[in-house]
Amino acid sequence: MNFTLKVWRQKNAKDKGHFETYKVENISPDTSFLEMMDILNEQLIREGNSPVALNKGCHGSGPVAFDHDCREGICGMCSLYINGHPHGPDSEITTCQLHMRKFKDGETITIEPWRSAGFPVIKDLVVNRGAFDQILQAGGFVSVNTGGAQDANAILIPKKNADESMDAASCVGCGACVATCKNGSAMLFVAARVSSLALLPQGKVEAARRAKSMVAKMDELGFGACTNTQACQMECPKGITVSHIARLNREFLCAKLKD
Amino acid sequence: MEEKLISKVPEGPLAEKWTKHKAAIKVVSPANKRKLDIIVIGTGLGGASAAASLGELGYNVKIFCISDSPRRAHSIAAQGGINAAKNYQNDNDSVYRLFYDTIKGGDYRSREANVYRLAEVSNLIIDQCVAQGVPFARDYGGLLDNRSFGGAQVSRTFYARGQTGQQLLLGAYASLNRQIAKGSVKSYPRHEMLDLVVIDGEARGIIARNLETGAIERFGAHAVVIASGGYGNVYFLSTNAMNSNGSAAWQCYKKGAFFANPCFAQIHPTCIPVHGDQQSKLTLMSESLRNDGRIWVPKKMEDVKKLRAKQIKASQIPEEDRDYYLERRYPAFGNLVPRDVASRAAKERCDAGYGVNETGLAVFLDFSTAIKRLGKDVITARYGNLFQMYEKITAVNPYEEPMMIYPAIHYTMGGIWVDYNLQTTIPGLYAIGEANFSDHGGNRLGASALMQGLADGYFILPYTIGDYLSSKIQAPKVDTSHPAFEQAEKEIKDRINKLFGIKGKETVDFYHKKLGHIMWEYVGMARNKAGLEKAIVEIQKLRKEFWSDVYVPGENGEFNQELEKALRLADFMEIGELMARDALNREESCGGHFREEMQTEEGETKRDDENFMYVSVWEYKGEQAPVLHKEDLKFEFVKPSTRNYKD
Repeated sequence: MNFTLKVWRQKNAKDKGHFETYKVENISPDTSFLEMMDILNEQLIREGNSPVALNKGCHGSGPVAFDHDCREGICGMCSLYINGHPHGPDSEITTCQLHMRKFKDGETITIEPWRSAGFPVIKDLVVNRGAFDQILQAGGFVSVNTGGAQDANAILIPKKNADESMDAASCVGCGACVATCKNGSAMLFVAARVSSLALLPQGKVEAARRAKSMVAKMDELGFGACTNTQACQMECPKGITVSHIARLNREFLCAKLKD
Repeated sequence: MEEKLISKVPEGPLAEKWTKHKAAIKVVSPANKRKLDIIVIGTGLGGASAAASLGELGYNVKIFCISDSPRRAHSIAAQGGINAAKNYQNDNDSVYRLFYDTIKGGDYRSREANVYRLAEVSNLIIDQCVAQGVPFARDYGGLLDNRSFGGAQVSRTFYARGQTGQQLLLGAYASLNRQIAKGSVKSYPRHEMLDLVVIDGEARGIIARNLETGAIERFGAHAVVIASGGYGNVYFLSTNAMNSNGSAAWQCYKKGAFFANPCFAQIHPTCIPVHGDQQSKLTLMSESLRNDGRIWVPKKMEDVKKLRAKQIKASQIPEEDRDYYLERRYPAFGNLVPRDVASRAAKERCDAGYGVNETGLAVFLDFSTAIKRLGKDVITARYGNLFQMYEKITAVNPYEEPMMIYPAIHYTMGGIWVDYNLQTTIPGLYAIGEANFSDHGGNRLGASALMQGLADGYFILPYTIGDYLSSKIQAPKVDTSHPAFEQAEKEIKDRINKLFGIKGKETVDFYHKKLGHIMWEYVGMARNKAGLEKAIVEIQKLRKEFWSDVYVPGENGEFNQELEKALRLADFMEIGELMARDALNREESCGGHFREEMQTEEGETKRDDENFMYVSVWEYKGEQAPVLHKEDLKFEFVKPSTRNYKD
């Protein structure tokens, strides 16, 4: 298969950035999207960029920087905006699980970084998602030190709650929800953690404090408000639903009422 | 025993050793802990749990990871589960049985005392994780559920769907976040350790590269903990994450830490087969699938040919024409034999010509029997996400057609040598989790890596590191202007400049793929003397080519992924050579290390306890060949026997 790639190039956070157009050829349909990017980079490195670059004046940009690690859909590191969708056209997968058989031969593919005020670009397609760590540091935990825990089976948890908690806990922290949201809201990400812990007895004690401080941190870091467009749910690679946002809102309201 | 290789295993009955040892080692008072700095390298289960626990105790901790967040560490990808001797299923499990299964699974090449301690603290891990809010699978009564893993005849594996590693890591990461918020731990994401700094024979800090800016930075501490995982990516294609690497551990080796059993690498039997030369990584299909999946190839060669020509589908081959070779060869354990045994059996069938895909390197993992017995819904509930993952990658629906699988490199049992305190041969330098060698011998059992990472980080290191640090309470903060830091920083800068200066023709990946081919061919599932000797020569040749003809684009002072890869590959080539040397020295077959010269008539491994009942421990000697030391293994409590999974 052959493709034309329109790729966002940006030297660093201060650079304005621009698109460059490249061609890749003889790609197997079984090749994953990121393997296709590897092939592009091999080409760019070997050919000093010029023979494959179709745009004038883009020579020598070097290989395209993009984040990736586990390449099996669980680490949450990969983060490409492909043809207007985070993680590309397929549903419930991350970019690394996307395969070229999902595209048409000869297609032009546009590849951009996550674009959001909360995620400044580091280089090309790589962004800084440190804000997610900061939100979780504000309260996304159960305050328990190592040692002295009671026997695991002493805490009974209804299967339904454990399963629902697990649904929310499967968030990989990739940031697709923020990238796709027109408001740049991190509500689904925050909700996934708050909801997962709120469903368990271990997390109940601090539930009110957790909801308040995580939401406050999210606001402080410049993420937008939620206006229920549900775009986040559509694009979440782990199928996390907005019902968790409803639970976050409930937790948050209850906490505020008690103030 | 050589002076440096004193294991410090306490005397006395097996079950009392750890308790006795804890009572004997020194502790540091809370007021003094505040004065002590600890560096932790890596944020996987070992590193995150250790840093969180040390922070809770009051030490000043700095934690480093190469990803953009601690949560990305490769522990996140572990699927199947974590073992513990809870005996919740009333199936006669016990600490002793978990210990015995693990030491037998490792083919009697690990320390009894370490393995027993691991089994002993396993139950605490489950309690701790539940307290953190890890959503383990539960039954309708609200109690925890279990399943079985290879090498065990009991159900002792706790799990969270096919995402157990993710949930355990998010638990440890949450505890870490709590300490970061409190200020007891400082986190350095996108930082890579490039060297260890040793002053007066003791570990005193690191040199790291800020991957975002390229800045080379110095960090001092009273102790350094290596939790950077394994070196499986030596093989290029493996189930490891793309950025997983052995460099932090390797730099410690080059600074004087001994390296143990480098040739012990685990080949996991159930991975999605290689599809072509554009492939960058192999995807694991969890061992838990072998609870319900049955592994087979056709009995008749004509069926094999038809399958390869796509004239028939696997589901059309009748029951009587299928060779369930694991059930045939190992009736007692069947499809749940340990990983090394299952991998070799798959290779044996494929070498005999019965591989079921175009490349001839695949066998079937079939769920049709289980779906008939339990119904599709039950199978979906157990393995839904794994089935979905398989279908996304291969475009084959595993509910209708069996999965195709083949062995792939997955884990390295070898690693930095440590004593019972998890301290390396350099005082003040510790190694935990996959980065050390200590608990899995020649083969690791499934669901035991998560157990070991968390055992080391939550319950062992926080105790044992105090014994060393108690002697440092008067020591001032480490001064990073010390000549040793100067020297280390200079060496790194020279190395980086050298790489940029080559300006050759080939890319880093070109060499990495070549290295991978050499390793898989000669230091892979089956090894022999001639092949290993050849591998050493070939790797040395490749190293020369790399250092004279590689092209690293860009510059140091920027986000430069090619430079990161080049630095790691330079180390991988050296690690690969040491692996081949170690494999050449170990003229026996044990666990994942299969020397073709040493096999039974039935093709099973043949151990040589008389000559090789030792840990091979390598000392770096610069340009000269490394020196082999031996830590003899003594079995006081179990009698090493031939591993038997047949009856």
